[in-house]
Amino acid sequence: MISKDYTILSPQGIHARPATALLKLTRHFKSTICLQKDERLVPLRSMLNILALAIQCGDTISVIIDGEDESEAALSIDNFFNDLLKHQ
Amino acid sequence: MDGKNMIKGTGVSPGISIGIAHILKKDDDGLSGIIIQTNEARELEIEKFNQAVVSAIREVETIRLNTSFDLKPEDMDILDTQIEFLGDPQIAEDVHEKIRNHFRSAHDAVIEVIDAAVEMFRNMDDKYLSARAADLRDIGNRILRNLNTGRASFGPDFGENTILIAEDLAPSDTITLDTTRVVGFATRLGGRTSHTAIIAKAKGIPAVVACGSELLNIRIGETVILDGTTGELIINPGSEIMGVYKAKQVNILNEKALLRSLKDLPAVTTDGHRFKLYANISNAAELEQVFENGGEGVGLLRTEMLFMGRDSFPSEEEQFNFYKQVAIKSKNRPVIIRTLDIGGDKQLPYFGIPPENNPFMGYRAIRICLDQQEIFFTQLRAILRASVFGNLKIMFPMISNLSEVKQAKECVNEVKLELKNAGIDFDRSIELGIMIEIPSAALIADILAREVDFFSIGTNDLCQYTLAVDRMNGKVSALYTHFNPGVLRLISYVIEQAHKQNKPVGLCGEMASDPLAALLLMGMGLDEFSMSPRSIPSIKNILVKNSLAKAREVFKTVMEMDDPETIINYLEEVII
Repeated sequence: MISKDYTILSPQGIHARPATALLKLTRHFKSTICLQKDERLVPLRSMLNILALAIQCGDTISVIIDGEDESEAALSIDNFFNDLLKHQ
Repeated sequence: MDGKNMIKGTGVSPGISIGIAHILKKDDDGLSGIIIQTNEARELEIEKFNQAVVSAIREVETIRLNTSFDLKPEDMDILDTQIEFLGDPQIAEDVHEKIRNHFRSAHDAVIEVIDAAVEMFRNMDDKYLSARAADLRDIGNRILRNLNTGRASFGPDFGENTILIAEDLAPSDTITLDTTRVVGFATRLGGRTSHTAIIAKAKGIPAVVACGSELLNIRIGETVILDGTTGELIINPGSEIMGVYKAKQVNILNEKALLRSLKDLPAVTTDGHRFKLYANISNAAELEQVFENGGEGVGLLRTEMLFMGRDSFPSEEEQFNFYKQVAIKSKNRPVIIRTLDIGGDKQLPYFGIPPENNPFMGYRAIRICLDQQEIFFTQLRAILRASVFGNLKIMFPMISNLSEVKQAKECVNEVKLELKNAGIDFDRSIELGIMIEIPSAALIADILAREVDFFSIGTNDLCQYTLAVDRMNGKVSALYTHFNPGVLRLISYVIEQAHKQNKPVGLCGEMASDPLAALLLMGMGLDEFSMSPRSIPSIKNILVKNSLAKAREVFKTVMEMDDPETIINYLEEVII
């Protein structure tokens, strides 16, 4: 299992566009991937659930990845958060 | 309406319509209260829901893939988000649960689940997120509509010259509007990028959105002037104002009539040179629009739609039927079928390609087809079998070198042999072509031209690869222009080399529908322009008003210019 924290820096937080991109990005991994904000943990496969976390600029979230291709998934997600989201 | 009789909203679809207001009260899809009694019936409801979701996704994908709607990247994003919401496993799970454990009908379950989600988003104190409530409402309605297939989404038959006034229109409402009666619409909500706006534009219905609550003061039967260009609505206009707008309307209609009158005119220049005007389409149904706009054939039939919105590859039989339909409906006019162009940003849920750092340069299109030949063979067999029903041609996308062309041709030959041995008929002289969209292919056009019957230049990718610009990236998208001299040299080189070997060249990227580029491309000697059906009349209008001699002059002049801005300014001057 891999768990990693990210602080969201994009001014709009995680809105529909990055959420869509994140879903598309992670869809092909076999690992179970979850997003956690505060005490709420949701599987990263539902747009509704991601948006319901209402992740805003400055929030810290954890990504928890568990499965056979977890390191590959973690790398991809790492790129996503460090790269894509920062530039939104 | 008394006193103020002007309302200002956002014009999203140009044109002027004058008509009678009809206020649309959306009949709230109420709960039926039906209790589903047996387990079997409940499973049936679940199946109904699942099917409705599949069709709803297919609807959105149709909009998404249909470039006659000229979608911008941000519009694509909206549609992507809708598809995500439609396929959302949480929503599906909740609906299934309501059916299984609370014995709801699929219809009621959808309403309850969507209502709860809408409520949750509405209550968020984030403006952006609370606006998503509208998206959820829309996808809910879309699923409901698909659950009740056959039920028209509008109850009333509208009278002649109706101007619809509504809170908001769902995209699917807009798609089904009877445009022989509804001449325009105005909504209280909505924005420039709402689906409704996009579709109104594509259908050519003047529309104004985001009018605010004043809109709701309009009463049924009042006369309304709607200007979709300025975003103005004038209610119960005086005769003077009416006169002004009627004159404006006549001008616009004259222009349209002119374009229509071009429809059956051959695309011949004033000095007698003929060009081919083709269309880009995604399915057989769009052919009607192609011919209405005077298209003479199909320069690009995308096949991705066949592969999307489903959970496994389409069988040879399904594909065969799709191509056969196109072949029959095209009535022997040429149709260039592009083989599967997935990968990169176009993913298939059932064909997992691991994420790539550089998808546009990754595992996509012909690279996948040559690697996983099973997929390619099935498609080729289906196309070849359908080829007896019309004038089909095959085109391979994303060619970067000679070997790919040879391999692809080899595959075609194998399939032909197979069919021949099985005694199945096909067009033995079917033409094979390639897309020129990678700079290396453009630069070896002389070599590639020997191998194929035709080229089609895909300027969207060619620009992106030549300029190393991702046009979806706002920070660099300004660099993206097909008037960059580097891009122009490549295009001109490709045409020149192909012509040396008597091979025709088409162009199926956005540049083909750019009026500014028309003279230049004519001057380069481009044989065929392929674009969204609706763009054909305006390009034809330029073609028939100009001479090849002038186009050649323009081409010569442009090729001596050194930057896109100078070129654009010059082209703006010479175009009539």
